[in-house]
Amino acid sequence: MSVLLHKDFTFIVQGITGREAVNLTRECLDYGDGARIVAGVTPGRKGREVHGVPVFDTVEQAVEHHGAPIDGSVITVPPAFTKDAVFEAIQHGIKLVVIVTERIPRLDVAEMVEYAEILDSRIIGPNCLGLIVPEVIKMGGIGGPARDAAKAYSPGPVGVMSRSGGMTTEISSTLTAAGLGQSTAISIGGDAIIGSTYAELMPLFEADEGTEAIVIYTEPGGRMEAQLAEWVTENDSRLPIVAFMAGRFMDDEEMKGMSFGHAGTIVEGEEDTAAQKIARLEGAGIRVVERIDEIPDAVKERLGARV
Amino acid sequence: MRFYEYESRRIVERAGIPVTEYGFCTTAADARAAAERIGGRTVIKSQVLTGGRMKAGGVRFADTPEEAEAHAAEVLELEINGHMPRGVLVDPKAEVAQEYYAGVVWDGTAKCPLMLFSDMGGIEIEEVAEQHPDHVGRGHLVSRLIDPPEFRAKEVIAAAGVSGRELTRATPILTSLARLFRDCDMTLAEINPLARLSDGSFVALDAHMEMEDEAKPRQRDLLERVLGIDPADARLPYEPSEFESNVKAIDSADHRGVIQGRDHGFDGNLGLVIGAGGGSLTLTDAVRSQGGRPANYTEIGGNPSVSKACGLAKQVLKKDGVQKIAVMMSIVSNTRVDIVARGVIKACLELDRDPGDTIAIFRIPGAWEEEGYKILDRYGVEYCDRSVSMWEAARRAVEKIQGAA
Repeated sequence: MSVLLHKDFTFIVQGITGREAVNLTRECLDYGDGARIVAGVTPGRKGREVHGVPVFDTVEQAVEHHGAPIDGSVITVPPAFTKDAVFEAIQHGIKLVVIVTERIPRLDVAEMVEYAEILDSRIIGPNCLGLIVPEVIKMGGIGGPARDAAKAYSPGPVGVMSRSGGMTTEISSTLTAAGLGQSTAISIGGDAIIGSTYAELMPLFEADEGTEAIVIYTEPGGRMEAQLAEWVTENDSRLPIVAFMAGRFMDDEEMKGMSFGHAGTIVEGEEDTAAQKIARLEGAGIRVVERIDEIPDAVKERLGARV
Repeated sequence: MRFYEYESRRIVERAGIPVTEYGFCTTAADARAAAERIGGRTVIKSQVLTGGRMKAGGVRFADTPEEAEAHAAEVLELEINGHMPRGVLVDPKAEVAQEYYAGVVWDGTAKCPLMLFSDMGGIEIEEVAEQHPDHVGRGHLVSRLIDPPEFRAKEVIAAAGVSGRELTRATPILTSLARLFRDCDMTLAEINPLARLSDGSFVALDAHMEMEDEAKPRQRDLLERVLGIDPADARLPYEPSEFESNVKAIDSADHRGVIQGRDHGFDGNLGLVIGAGGGSLTLTDAVRSQGGRPANYTEIGGNPSVSKACGLAKQVLKKDGVQKIAVMMSIVSNTRVDIVARGVIKACLELDRDPGDTIAIFRIPGAWEEEGYKILDRYGVEYCDRSVSMWEAARRAVEKIQGAA
């Protein structure tokens, strides 16, 4: 079982003729059951093909070619054109938009989020690697080439959400090595404002029968962890959560006001620090571990305690 | 990116918000001329990108142009929190009836800008919000997709307990501030104090603006043409070190992959050649938690070339006090293990260092790992794959450097 994706899920790649997008398309076509990438869009490149996927000038043409609604889109266009590409996808009925592009000003993200709310669509990212349902489908560069993704990800009961794309794979690989597979792993993006936060994705995992526990990767900066802690408390979640917090060194006095890793990790106020976040998460009953290799045992312990 | 007060004033002025007739000066003689032009009592304010100017003696009052000149001469030489001023601002000493606060900030949880207003200006808004919450009005923009309408600004000001002519006069100011926040991609836009003068008019006496770095490319007209800011003026919260500048230069010289380096706040003996974003944070913690002393912080990502990886490793090795380096990343799917391996070995050889002795540990699993491990074998470098955790790899590096010391 899974959230957001399933084996018949259809999607397009906007900006498909870019170098990174060509690789990503190959990877997704090769992985699991083979993603149903029904079209690609790059303005001015209609008539081409990328690994057998037909390219169109507009999303409208792609939908017309497919002859039915398209479920999702991976956005890989440059930052200055991202907002327009996302609006275009949403306007043409696409319900899941994964934004890979980095360095998008947050006002643009906020506008995209509002547009998506109006037309009942969901955004993952920006600055993310997408999501994966092990052995079934991946949407985005998550896990890399199919052969590498197969080494790290395996099917199972753990939902993974991470602000770091690379750490989504590191954590899933650690779980896999310990015999714990993943229901769905989502790279949610490293920016200060993102389309879907932990708390906004929790209801999906909560409703998924295949998910029995959650693992999250978090960093200093922002209030996303506080929001998750509130959600868990208010909704009496059935899912045990294990969190790993990176960047504890940023709490040091000499690191104040500096950003490391991702755009979203800047310590501006007291409640942004790693220590504050850990306290909040623990206050909501979330187990916070210090090491990645402690995650599998913590998950097993929590699953055991629940039964 | 943070703006100086004189730039922030220009930004609010441009948005149609009244400001006093101020002068930005870089010499004491200019300050005297500005004070003569303004006439009457003046205020001399240090232009530094740090708080606490008043306490440090960076704000002074002058009765005459001669006095303004003398104050300016001193303030121009006064270092505040490690910052030398870029100049002074000469401002008329206004006849203030009351001070207010007007601000717009991002609310990340709501993913929407938030307007704030208070009739208790001149002090930190956080302090007012804590001690006098009924004197702070707040409200999100109605929509992120349209130019902010006036009514929400009016509601926010009214919520701070302000009515009468003050309300109707302050409304267009807060509205303009919200509009410029949106138009100029600000992450923070504050007018504090916003003063009501004895004649009832409102004027911005001080402003604090910060722009999102990601938006700088599309704000070039404002930054370069209007404000005359040099694109190379990075305005970091501290002066970049030689290491940081060199890494940046290596990164810019080659478009393949991305490398970043920091050593501000680090002074240890273990050089870190690590990546990617989240991996670097995790590994830095892992080294420190196990008693290691990192000499620096780095991020490698996006599949850099051999020369770029080599350049980064060399910079780390050349740092004072660095005895060994640890080359570690979370599992890579884009960056190639063999390319990084080649780069770091090349760096050791070019500096006449034995790779097997210099590289305490190499832990990068993922794309092209078999090829990478073969190369490392040849030079006697200890490496590990994904079966060894990031924590354990960091432990081995720390153990080796402690053994060597």
